[in-house]
Formats: sequence, C-alpha cells, structure tokens
Amino acid sequence: MNSLTKTDRSREAAAMPETPYVTPAVDIAETKEAYLLRADMPGVTKNGLEIQLEANELTIVGHRADAREGSYLHRESSTHDFRRTFVIDPTIDASRISAKIEQGVLTVHLPKTDQVKPRRINVTE
Amino acid sequence: MKLMRFNQPDLWAVSPIERMSSLRDQINRLFEAPFGELARAGEFFNGWAPALDLREDKENLVASIELPGLKKEQIDVSVHDGVLSVAGERADESSNQEATCYRTERFYGRFHRTLTLPKPVKVDAIKATYKDGILTVTLPKTEEAKPKQITVNVG
Repeated sequence: MNSLTKTDRSREAAAMPETPYVTPAVDIAETKEAYLLRADMPGVTKNGLEIQLEANELTIVGHRADAREGSYLHRESSTHDFRRTFVIDPTIDASRISAKIEQGVLTVHLPKTDQVKPRRINVTE
Repeated sequence: MKLMRFNQPDLWAVSPIERMSSLRDQINRLFEAPFGELARAGEFFNGWAPALDLREDKENLVASIELPGLKKEQIDVSVHDGVLSVAGERADESSNQEATCYRTERFYGRFHRTLTLPKPVKVDAIKATYKDGILTVTLPKTEEAKPKQITVNVG
C-alpha cells in the first residue's frame, strides 16, 4: 500500500549501467501530516544535490565535493556519487515537497495531501 | 598535603599469568553465554565504523572521517602516543517524535575509530574541522618527518 517504502532498484540498474553510484543509507518515517526521509550523504553540499520528481518517482543524487589534495595512504570512503530512487505514494502532495541538507544529512519532507490526513468529524445533531 | 605518585592498582597487583587466566575465563564465559547476551555486550558487534581516509602532503597528514549528522560537541578527537582516536555518538532524532518508521538503515549510537599515525606529528598544532558531515583532522608533520632534498656537492 505504501510504495514510498519500496526502492525501485531494477529500473535504477537498467537506466544507469555505466555510471557507478553509492546507495545512501536512508530512514523513512511517517507522521500524521507527512513522510520524512533522511539520507546520509557525507561530503555533499547544497549545490551538489539534485532532487527530481518524475511522475511518481523521486530521485535523489548527491555529488561529492571532492577537492582533496595529497596522496592517499589509506582510503575507505567511496569516490562515487550518491543516488537512490523512491516510488512516491499517491497520497503525497508533490507540490509541497521540501528538502534541506545539514552536515551531510539530507532531509526530505513529503507532506500528505489534505484529503488523506486524519480529520476529526464533528457530529451535528 | 602529601603528593603521591599514582599507581594503577589493578594492573600491577595482578601477575601476568593471573591476568591471562582471567582473560581465558572471560572468553569461556562468552561461549557459554546465550547469543542475545553476547549481542547486548556491544563491544563485539560494533555497528558503526565510519569510513576513514588518511592522506599525506608535504606538510601534513590529513585524516578525514565521514560522520553525517552530528554536532560539533558530539565528536571527541584526541591524539595520544601517535594514535589518533575519534569517538562520539549519533543521537536518534526520530525516536522522540510520534512517527512510524518504515526504514531505519542509518546507524545511531556510539562509534570509535583509532588510527596509528605512520609519521610523527606536532601534537600542539593539530586542527580539526567539521563540515558537510566530514570531520577533517590536519596533523602537521614534525621537521624530521618531512621530505628533504639533499644537494649533491661535487668534491
């Protein structure tokens, strides 16, 4: 029912075979008013971020600001950019999606449309 | 007031053999313990080992660690006996809200990474900055550790 929780990996792999990407770790939570998506993208600034909504697919791409000097003695971090695609639930109000990035954590706020929000109905006599 | 030299009582009062046998006991206890207890012990299943890079240029050793979503105060950096140590804790931001979680792939909790520095550094001149979720520690090399050009004289 809630397709936001599913990642469309098959399409991702088919569309981008030649460019390698790293899948960022993501938390998704639902509140009464909205879905909240948080992704770990260390080294990505506001300018390196691309968020696209196409039909019901939300794609986030984070380019690393890689201006590092010197030679590596040891390396564990990846050089690849971050990328992940999500299928958005139809109950999400696409026009009001907002995002911010703070210390390498991207937060996408996906508000629900007013129709699906739980509402208290007053009983009239 | 009398000043006394500080002794570490545990370390010196017990002989090496006794220490070894107590270590063996601890290992034996681990195998007997049910799995859940082992998992809760924490030390054996360290969940988060943030990626650590070490680079070198002429002047400095530069260590960078990917630590997204922390606050400056939550990171603890220290250098002792040529070992760089970075520790801290990432707090769970979502737990205090009234929310249903669908995915929790990100790690919350304590982390600790240590790195033996390959070259001597000037301990007083070490700088650490935290930007875009990456902690960068700049460790200036001592004069002896820097590369030197030696001119060849014709005799």
